[in-house]
Amino acid sequence: MKLELRGITKRFGSLVANDGIDLVVEPGQIHALLGENGAGKSTLMNVLFGLYQPDAGEILLDDAPRHFTGPGQAMSAGIGMVHQHFMLIPVFTVAENVMLGHEPSKAGVIDLGEARRRVREISDRFGFDLDPDALVEDLPVGVQQRVEIVKALSREAQVLVLDEPTAVLTPQETDELMSTMRALADAGTSIVFITHKLREVKAVADTITVIRLGKVVGQALPTASTDELASLMVGRDVELTVAKNPPKLGEEAFVVEGLTLFGPGGTRLLDDVSFSIREGEVLAIAGVQGNGQTELTEAIVGLREHALGSVRLYGRELIDASVRDVLGSGVGFVPEDRKVDGLVAEFSVAENLMLDRSDTRPFAKGGVIDLAHRDRFADDAIAEFDIRTPGRTTLVGRLSGGNQQKVVLARELGRELKLLVASQPTRGVDVGSIEFIHERIVEVRDSGVPVLVVSTELDEVIALADRIAVMYRGAIIDIVPADTPREQLGRLMAGVH
Amino acid sequence: MSVAAEPVAVAHASALPPRSWRLPIILAVLAVVTFVVFGLFGTDEEVRFAWSRAADAVSLDPSPASPRVIGLIFGALALLASGFALWSAWNRRKVGVWVMLIVGIAFLVSLVAWVGAGGSVPVVFLLTGAIGLSTAIVFGALAGVIGERAGIVNIAIEGQLLGGAFTSAIVASTTGSYILALLAAMVTGALISMVLAVFSIRYLVDQVIVGVVLIGLVTAITNFFYSAALAPNSGALNNPGTLDRIRIPLLADIPVLGPVLFDQRLTTYLMFVLVPLTWFVLFKTKWGLRVRALGEHPLAADTVGIKVNRWRFWAVTIAGLVAGLGGASLTIGSVGAFVREMSAGQGFIALAAVILGRWNPFYAALAALLFGFASNFRIWAGQAGSALPPDLIAMTPYVVTILAVALVAGRVVGPKAAGKPYLKE
Repeated sequence: MKLELRGITKRFGSLVANDGIDLVVEPGQIHALLGENGAGKSTLMNVLFGLYQPDAGEILLDDAPRHFTGPGQAMSAGIGMVHQHFMLIPVFTVAENVMLGHEPSKAGVIDLGEARRRVREISDRFGFDLDPDALVEDLPVGVQQRVEIVKALSREAQVLVLDEPTAVLTPQETDELMSTMRALADAGTSIVFITHKLREVKAVADTITVIRLGKVVGQALPTASTDELASLMVGRDVELTVAKNPPKLGEEAFVVEGLTLFGPGGTRLLDDVSFSIREGEVLAIAGVQGNGQTELTEAIVGLREHALGSVRLYGRELIDASVRDVLGSGVGFVPEDRKVDGLVAEFSVAENLMLDRSDTRPFAKGGVIDLAHRDRFADDAIAEFDIRTPGRTTLVGRLSGGNQQKVVLARELGRELKLLVASQPTRGVDVGSIEFIHERIVEVRDSGVPVLVVSTELDEVIALADRIAVMYRGAIIDIVPADTPREQLGRLMAGVH
Repeated sequence: MSVAAEPVAVAHASALPPRSWRLPIILAVLAVVTFVVFGLFGTDEEVRFAWSRAADAVSLDPSPASPRVIGLIFGALALLASGFALWSAWNRRKVGVWVMLIVGIAFLVSLVAWVGAGGSVPVVFLLTGAIGLSTAIVFGALAGVIGERAGIVNIAIEGQLLGGAFTSAIVASTTGSYILALLAAMVTGALISMVLAVFSIRYLVDQVIVGVVLIGLVTAITNFFYSAALAPNSGALNNPGTLDRIRIPLLADIPVLGPVLFDQRLTTYLMFVLVPLTWFVLFKTKWGLRVRALGEHPLAADTVGIKVNRWRFWAVTIAGLVAGLGGASLTIGSVGAFVREMSAGQGFIALAAVILGRWNPFYAALAALLFGFASNFRIWAGQAGSALPPDLIAMTPYVVTILAVALVAGRVVGPKAAGKPYLKE
């Protein structure tokens, strides 16, 4: 089916998320939609899928104009979507998830046999090997994504939109997904592949449309060079690698031994995790999301109770210490979700910058905040960290993702550091800010501080790490040098030695 | 660059997950109390278990027994079961529901024998009364299960019971038709649901707050009309009588169970039908699948073309029909007249039953039955002239609630999106 978008415009208040976007996807084609975080890709696809109503423009399927007021209409017109955050119900089985909304039934009673048969039929066609009766919450994310694809195909989708589908996959799973995409396209399905990863675009796309700040800024073919695509996407030349010198290693400052954490029901969230970081060294934790990285960083900074084992910074035991004590002993912490754990959105930039020390000198004297000092500190941090904000009184929630992350970083680097723990430091951040944040992290390392970086982006891990620890199901399955080949890292991320 | 892979190789025993002791310890305490208080220190004064009533077709002779022996036997049984629970906990195994049931029933039987010492225990009365007193709670709990499965927390069940009781009494008194009265009660429940739905879905007012306000509103309205109209003209407006008991031939003649289950009023039979029906609709039909999707992940439901807010509206409205029936069971299904604030907190007990029953119609109904039994036990124990102070006996339903909640609390996870409004853009 041929899909055409003409002049799609979508505004949220004063923000123009999509500004007159034109896009033509030919039948059987893999069309990559390339753009940075926040460029407006997902908004565009939500308009196509009927979740948002466009303020202007039209959608044409096989040259006939269509209007969708909800996802139900988009689906019956043949559009399927695999959302970045899976639209699966964890406590339902695979079959229940796939049939939801178009259940095979007799007089309202679900025909479970028919539902299972449908799942198996599509699953077999692509070699997915799905068990229709498995609970979705028990499946690894890579398999959950297959459930999403089967769900779309079971509704006879002829245009399949994949929104950042590789974010949660191992490199091997990414390769498998790409061959699935190719098989689908060969069978006549049109595919829209939304991503910000240049390597993947070049590997699988037939044609590329680049979006920046809500506008189409160019078309390209996969034969274009990575540098060309990057500068088109960002709007200027970008440095894709992080410049850093060989590490000047000092003493073994941070030691984690046998760190173990149990979840409800005795599941092992962290399984006997041991590693050490020297002064001036970056240890990066690689792994597919949800393999214990969150719990590891939270256990280190004291956010998880009842952790077993030992966490020592310069010989001082941090296990069972309060968050306040941990931070006070010189740990900087960039949490993985800045909106939830890093910032108070309804506070100003200046207030967020002093959140950690709002009750101590020099920010407070006798319980009263020294406003002049707060403002001076904020102005300095805004200048030093290049935080793009109308002013220090602007609410942090109004800033872009990159600038919010700079506020977090400025605060955490504002203390005297003995250890930096940075979790997903550049998630949802624009390329310009990524470069800046990476440079700052390398600076911290070069000043002789041990640094723990956690990232699910393998590129980021490779760029920053001096050594790489790979996590799988709560355990560190290996610690390898930074120049380990990508394929080997991918195998480790999948739990294969 | 001299960076070597050097994982810290320290030998240490792999830690095991912590054991969870709370449930087995509560069970063990209950078992020890049963064995020691009702057994070792129990009374030898004879208790007679009366298995049938004078009017029953098959009359069984009462069984005389010593409460102390009963306490010892059932106490030992409970000790065995709780020992098994402790063993399970030590080995990090899950303690099955049946273990809780054994300990709970052993405790109750010993308690009943102990209280009835020197007299007789009317078994049929205890069980029939338990069903009678739990009927409204079961209806309320079913309404709660439907609502929360769809993502709407309905605190207003208390108000729906009261409203249903009120309108069914008036309609039955004025028209003389119990069918119309039942319909009126259902409509009342549904209307209250609709108000809740409009405010919480359309205007995004917090569901709990709307619910509490609705309870206050219904209480005030019924109180006003009760004083202004019903009380002065009780003969014409508040004299509905009760539904006839319907004996199911043959089945009603079964000893003990017959009179308990098969000689009841229409409202009770409706309850017997609605519990499995609600389960069937929720778990076996496409409507149920969709409703459960709404309570877990409404956005996912939206992306497959299910109109979230419309479905939620109708789910809560249907739940209102059920809760309204519960109101009717209070008047024409039981006492035969409307009394001020006669729901008396049963709607809240129903909400507790929803949680205890883990959002499952069968378990929720069982939990409601437990509360009903506790209330009825209080009535009987008060009359039986037990050694226990009456105030202590009056606490029974609440002690049961606390114990039951302590047993399961913290181990239940309800529908994830319950109580949260669904918003796009």
